[in-house]
Amino acid sequence: MAKLNINGKHIDIEVDGATPLLWVLREQLGLTGTKYSCGIGLCGACTVHIDGKAVRSCLVPVSTLSASKAIVTIEALSADNNHPIQQAWKTLDVPQCGYCQSGMIMAAAALLKTNAQPSDADIDANITNICRCGTFNRVRRGIHLAADINKRGRS
Amino acid sequence: MDKERINVSRREFLIHSTALGAGFSLGLYLPFSGNAFAAGGVAPTVSSSVPEVNAWVVIEPDDTVVIRIARSEMGQGTLTGLAQLVAEELECDWAKVTTEYPTPGQNLDRDNIWGSFLTGGSRGIRGSQQYVRKGGAVARQMLIEAAAEKWKVPMAECHAVNSVITHRPSGRSTTYGKVAAAAATMFPPDQVELKDPKDWKLIGQPVKRLDTVDKLNGKQVYGADLKLEGMLNAAIKACPVFGGKLKSFDAAKVNNMPGVRKVVAVQDNAVAVVAETWWQAKTALDALPITWDNGPNATLSSASIEKMLEAGLTSKQNVFVGNQHGDVNKALQGAVKTVEATYGYPYQNHACMEPMNATARWTRDRCEVWCPTQNGTAALQAAVAAADLPISQCDVYKLLIGGGFGRRGFHDFVTQVVTIAKQLPGTPIKLLWTREEDMAHGYYHPITKCKLVGGLDASGNLTGLHVRISGQSILAAVNPKWLSNGADMITFQGLLPEGEHAISYTVPNLLVEHAMRNPPVPPGFWRGVNINQNAIYLECFIDELAHAAGKDALEFRRKLLADQPKSLAVLNAVAKKAGWGKPAAKGVYRGLSVCKTFDSYVAACAEVSVDAKGKLRIRRIVAATDPGYAVNPQQIEAQVEGSFVFGLSALLYDECTLKDGAVEQTNFHNYPSMLIAEMPKVEVIVMPSGGFWGGIGEPTIAVAAPAVLNAIFAATGKRIRQLPIKDTALRSA
Repeated sequence: MAKLNINGKHIDIEVDGATPLLWVLREQLGLTGTKYSCGIGLCGACTVHIDGKAVRSCLVPVSTLSASKAIVTIEALSADNNHPIQQAWKTLDVPQCGYCQSGMIMAAAALLKTNAQPSDADIDANITNICRCGTFNRVRRGIHLAADINKRGRS
Repeated sequence: MDKERINVSRREFLIHSTALGAGFSLGLYLPFSGNAFAAGGVAPTVSSSVPEVNAWVVIEPDDTVVIRIARSEMGQGTLTGLAQLVAEELECDWAKVTTEYPTPGQNLDRDNIWGSFLTGGSRGIRGSQQYVRKGGAVARQMLIEAAAEKWKVPMAECHAVNSVITHRPSGRSTTYGKVAAAAATMFPPDQVELKDPKDWKLIGQPVKRLDTVDKLNGKQVYGADLKLEGMLNAAIKACPVFGGKLKSFDAAKVNNMPGVRKVVAVQDNAVAVVAETWWQAKTALDALPITWDNGPNATLSSASIEKMLEAGLTSKQNVFVGNQHGDVNKALQGAVKTVEATYGYPYQNHACMEPMNATARWTRDRCEVWCPTQNGTAALQAAVAAADLPISQCDVYKLLIGGGFGRRGFHDFVTQVVTIAKQLPGTPIKLLWTREEDMAHGYYHPITKCKLVGGLDASGNLTGLHVRISGQSILAAVNPKWLSNGADMITFQGLLPEGEHAISYTVPNLLVEHAMRNPPVPPGFWRGVNINQNAIYLECFIDELAHAAGKDALEFRRKLLADQPKSLAVLNAVAKKAGWGKPAAKGVYRGLSVCKTFDSYVAACAEVSVDAKGKLRIRRIVAATDPGYAVNPQQIEAQVEGSFVFGLSALLYDECTLKDGAVEQTNFHNYPSMLIAEMPKVEVIVMPSGGFWGGIGEPTIAVAAPAVLNAIFAATGKRIRQLPIKDTALRSA
């Protein structure tokens, strides 16, 4: 039995504690926005937020989680695609195939949370998701644009 | 270009009007509901409550325009580009456009009315632009005719703009949605005129993609995400040694593990565990004792393949000529200076982000498959063969693809899933490969080597060039029927005398050969295919020749391109924008490359720096593309940038090596892909010169690696002739 706090809801589920969070999200909870690609924490397609930090969910056994850890998936990043990262991504048509983009968006959103105006070097150091379509330059522009959207929103 | 006059075949009309279900005598009602998928999502299309206007266009009473797309979307933007082409001629309101995929079964039922489903070779737009535009134009005519008939006025007095039909003399107007049902009963016009490109309003515009929104919030359902009622999940392992077989497995050891329903042999070389969840299936598969019969290739290694290819560089056996004119031997003998070099290119995996997968439901009288595929028709054929049912009782539903790059033109995973589903009749089975399985069982970008010899005269002009490729043929493995008298013409991409992959340079004496050497490793089409290898060979060697001749790399190329104004134009464009000939920043060096590929003309100028420790930084690439017509310039820009990630990952890291008959690389730790930190600034020049249609998704990959390699030489004086760079010291100790 795992007690989880996912997208603001407390959820109790019967599942083998060794099961990675990724597969609990995808298979027990139907939250398939979080993607499987490498399974070893290298590609970032499975990135979710745990207590606000970007975490690769394929490496997190559910037994290590508890109801006190707030997990947010791409489905709950915003109510209506209106997170600044999502707005920027839409403005710049960032996704190509889109498969890595849930993870990319979650990684970028987590970066903005700790660094409101990330530099290119900050982006290089923090965004380590793999994208085989090659959306990187638009991802970079998207993060800068989202930072600007945030700034405008606050001022 | 003038307006194109296109005949609408009566036969085509009669066929599609007889292929209909009951309900409309002439109305082209196609029962899409429950079969087709809105191309942007997975929900069965239920919107088609109205008859189609024609095969390409359905218009709902609320004016929603549904455009049917036959090619597969895998990130390259073809869905949006093809919709733009139809919408341009349809004169519809772009804001109301949505898309859906017809199924390959429906295409078969309607005598291939949607043309080819094959999505590869950068052909999505260029291979279907004429008939999809015609589809839009015919639908527009039928809609206008329906309005004219309703108003009892001559059609010629009516016109359509933005989904609104207006009768000019009276000023009356109506919308497409109001007349669509009536239009569906009209005979298509005998002929339609396509617009003069100068009148295009939507083609050429950087409109936004139609498939973005659901990719931002996790709603987009890919094949790996599909969930059907009562579905079980399968994980699979095939013999890691190519050509090896499954000998035995001990199902009793895992049958009692959580969720496990069945352990099944799949064909003669694989075993799958079917369980309630995929994680359970994968966990049990990892615990399953399996014995393989490694077969005849158990000793195959990269070293043995290297030996085979090395011998092919000078052999007379199994050699094919791809291009020949003049007398190259004489020219080389008479040369004042000859230059010789041997290059090598490894096996590479597509490594699509979405691992291979497919879902199937098999019963004694029907087999249905849901999968990401680049070729719905081939997926259907694979399903039919494995299902052992007539084709009329099978169909394939395509999903948006999480990365294709050529890998999803092969359907081994469809054969597998149907084979599994047959052993559990009536239960939908989703098969998902692990990344490790994906790395072990690709259709690899084929390995080749290339020896080049060039001759220069006293003035440093290139008088003769001999190119000998040695290596694997894709076609010999994929379909030997596509060979031309034994030769694989794809192997010569970029070196051919004419066509979409003609050599750009005019060389007085030229010989291009291929010694076909086929190791037992499955080769496949990999974004760019052989132009990737060949452009490196030719463009780096041209640089070597220029250097040997003491000439500037741009001037040397310009002279050889005198007969090729379009190639020259893209080369000049990148040179100018990059500042070729002007000093770069301190420590920054430039390299060039140019080629014609997939009927587009492309060039690149790369800027790199290499620090004292040999650390390479690719700083900037200026790239130019002349695709003839540019349907969506912002998507071309995205494709060019993206192609560089694919091409530069290949240059820097990607290599599949063989040991004991199996691929050694297993995941992204030993098969890395470029990250954002390594991404250069990319400046894209789109310079459509009109009059032809070239491809976009692949061409610029080919110029990325050679431009960077030539810049590395400029920076270090070191020629890198074996890919990938990863193990090469750029600054010798």
